[in-house]
Amino acid sequence: MTEAWQQAFARVPELLAAHVQLSFSALLLAMALCLPLAIWAARAPRVAAVILGFASLVQTIPALALLALFYPVLLGLSALLGGEISALGFLPALLALTLYALLPILRNAVTGLTGVPPAARQAADGLGMTAAQKLRLVEAPLAAPTIMAGIRTAAVWTIGAATLSTTVGQASLGDLIFAGLQTQNWTLVLTGCFASAGLAIIVDLLLGLVERGIRERRKVMAWGSTAVIGIGLAIALLPMLAARDDVVVIGAKGFSEQFILARLIGSRLEEAGYEVRYQDGLGSAVVFQAVAANDIDIYVDYSGTIWTNQMKRTDTVPADEMVEEIAKWSASEHGVTMLGALGFENTYAFAVRPEDADSKKLETLDDLARVSSDFAFGTDLEFLERPEWAMVKAAYPIQFKEARSFNPTFMYPALSSGEVDVISAFSSDGRIAANGFVVLEDTKGAVPSYDAMILVAPRRSGDEIFMNAIKPLVGAITVENMREANYKVDREADKQSPRQAARWLDEQIRNGKDQ
Amino acid sequence: MGESWPIVATMISSPSASGPAISLQNVRRTYGAITAVDDISLEIGAGSFVALVGLSGSGKSTLLKMINRLTDPTAGEVLIADDNVKAIDPHILRRRIGYVFQNIGLFPHMTISRNIAIGLELAGEKEGRSERVAELLELVELPQEMATRMPHQLSGGQQQRVGVARALATRPGLMLMDEPFGALDPVTRDSLAGQYKALHDKLGLTTIIVTHDMAEALYLADRILVMEDGQIKADATPAELLSGDVGDEAEALVAVPRAQAAHLIALSKKDGAKKA
Repeated sequence: MTEAWQQAFARVPELLAAHVQLSFSALLLAMALCLPLAIWAARAPRVAAVILGFASLVQTIPALALLALFYPVLLGLSALLGGEISALGFLPALLALTLYALLPILRNAVTGLTGVPPAARQAADGLGMTAAQKLRLVEAPLAAPTIMAGIRTAAVWTIGAATLSTTVGQASLGDLIFAGLQTQNWTLVLTGCFASAGLAIIVDLLLGLVERGIRERRKVMAWGSTAVIGIGLAIALLPMLAARDDVVVIGAKGFSEQFILARLIGSRLEEAGYEVRYQDGLGSAVVFQAVAANDIDIYVDYSGTIWTNQMKRTDTVPADEMVEEIAKWSASEHGVTMLGALGFENTYAFAVRPEDADSKKLETLDDLARVSSDFAFGTDLEFLERPEWAMVKAAYPIQFKEARSFNPTFMYPALSSGEVDVISAFSSDGRIAANGFVVLEDTKGAVPSYDAMILVAPRRSGDEIFMNAIKPLVGAITVENMREANYKVDREADKQSPRQAARWLDEQIRNGKDQ
Repeated sequence: MGESWPIVATMISSPSASGPAISLQNVRRTYGAITAVDDISLEIGAGSFVALVGLSGSGKSTLLKMINRLTDPTAGEVLIADDNVKAIDPHILRRRIGYVFQNIGLFPHMTISRNIAIGLELAGEKEGRSERVAELLELVELPQEMATRMPHQLSGGQQQRVGVARALATRPGLMLMDEPFGALDPVTRDSLAGQYKALHDKLGLTTIIVTHDMAEALYLADRILVMEDGQIKADATPAELLSGDVGDEAEALVAVPRAQAAHLIALSKKDGAKKA
């Protein structure tokens, strides 16, 4: 247990710094936008109505959706500007969080500026102040406590919402929460929660002191707490100044197998002398674009996913032919190198409880179709939207009673507890065998094959050392080994971290090669 | 242009200096369909103390604000010592004119000292500010230790004294006062009005005061203008007004303090009779 905590804590400083960098940048940008707008709005009530209306509207969009929306927007923008903009990572997170921080700052700044006593304004005019002098000497100082309160609210919101930026590939304390959730590592989840909540509380307290210092005109209090915030920021921003070497970014989707394979690739690249960084939790749709745009350098995908989602193919061809066609397509269309298949398949497998399989005589998807009107279907978050599901429905007359989406972690318990009766499991998942679930056979071959394959970004295509470091993994991972590695991370008791599982997997590969 | 209308009281103690003369020529101000000031022409002599008296909405505040361009006339000209105010940048113009109003408008986030010296700050005068503040505090009869206080720590009367000191800081020759003592209790009001009158004489200012209180006007001013519906209905000295031949509008306003005074005299006689 203590080791788990130590491992979790070890990741905190780096992620905390990234979290602070992101939140602070967003807050700063929001302030830079809001303050001039607020000055304008305070003088023109109609402008105020429009601007505050927009900010309120933004606020009604869930933060997660706002983050997700910026990816396609930036991707489009990047295409327009010749691929100079990174659609993943810092930029979309920054923009979404900035939009999110607008409302409290704007609202308070407008309230503060319009709330300046009319007598003070009249005196300022009567004394012959220009508009700029009036703003600087009278309006701004009198509105400052209210504006500060708005900035404080925005800071707390931003720090909280920044945990979601993990989903667009920006490092934050959310990495701990999302990774912990995927692998049921509650130590990680708690560490991430405490760290981000602690950060929010401390910032809130300090900004509260600044606000009080301004309100009560206690300069020592205002400047003292500002100085403490400044020192904290300096510590967090320091790593940014350090020259960034050529860091390899390894992408991974949001489940254990991806985390493990990313670490396996990472350890091989580290051996070859590269510095590596991980971007976990990327969505299927995002991750291929990311590698094509050089936002990430390398990741593992599955042939069927590329086939249906990226190439928009609905026909099915033999597995090895599919891998070859993908290699040709990705190289010619996107400059992405398909380095090779890893040797195992992770396909969608419809799994049922063994007792149902026995009593209802379920062996194939045709059998499933027969009982489907009584069955509740549990899937991961994206399956119902994927073409594979449409292909299955086209081949088999399946009509479920209901369908529910789960985080993959909770899909297996949902099946064993009877909440659902069939799930779209992953064939390489160790929890199928561990739970004794029965996988139904796809006799009509409706689901394409899902060979795990390594995809490399265009900018690494000429890097021999890089390619040679990864090549030994091609064809080296058996489905049994992958299942066992997955299970080490996914199981309830005696859990291992993805890094530990990757180390074990690496040993199996080396042993296999020696034999 | 307009660089040098007489700035009075370069020496505080000099009683011979004089504020500027004011000239209004066919001045008009309308707000939509409402005419606030209706074609007024007026000459105000240098160094005079003029009261604008009238009911609310009679146009007296608007007339005052057209002199320091807080409001611009719809038509007509305003001249201060022969300079047309139109030709002067409003900010520069206002810095040369003292302005005191009912709600005082001290800046709540500044010390009394900074409030008083704000005009000097705007003018970019860096030297001798604290000496000037001390001088002005003495002038408006406030103790020196007030300098470091904040406005909310002062009583209403003290605040308005600061308001007057602030208006005088840049040594204006002309003072515009819009119901300056209106929000004060009667005792404070009376003593402050008396002290201001003394200041006016001492500094040789030109003062125009707006008030709805005829008693105050009679006490302070050497010339009283009675306004109604945007027009001047009477223009007289206090003595002429009290004699009662200057028109019905003026008489209606004078009747109130006169009746009050008569009542008070009657009361004190009765009281005196009882005691005796």
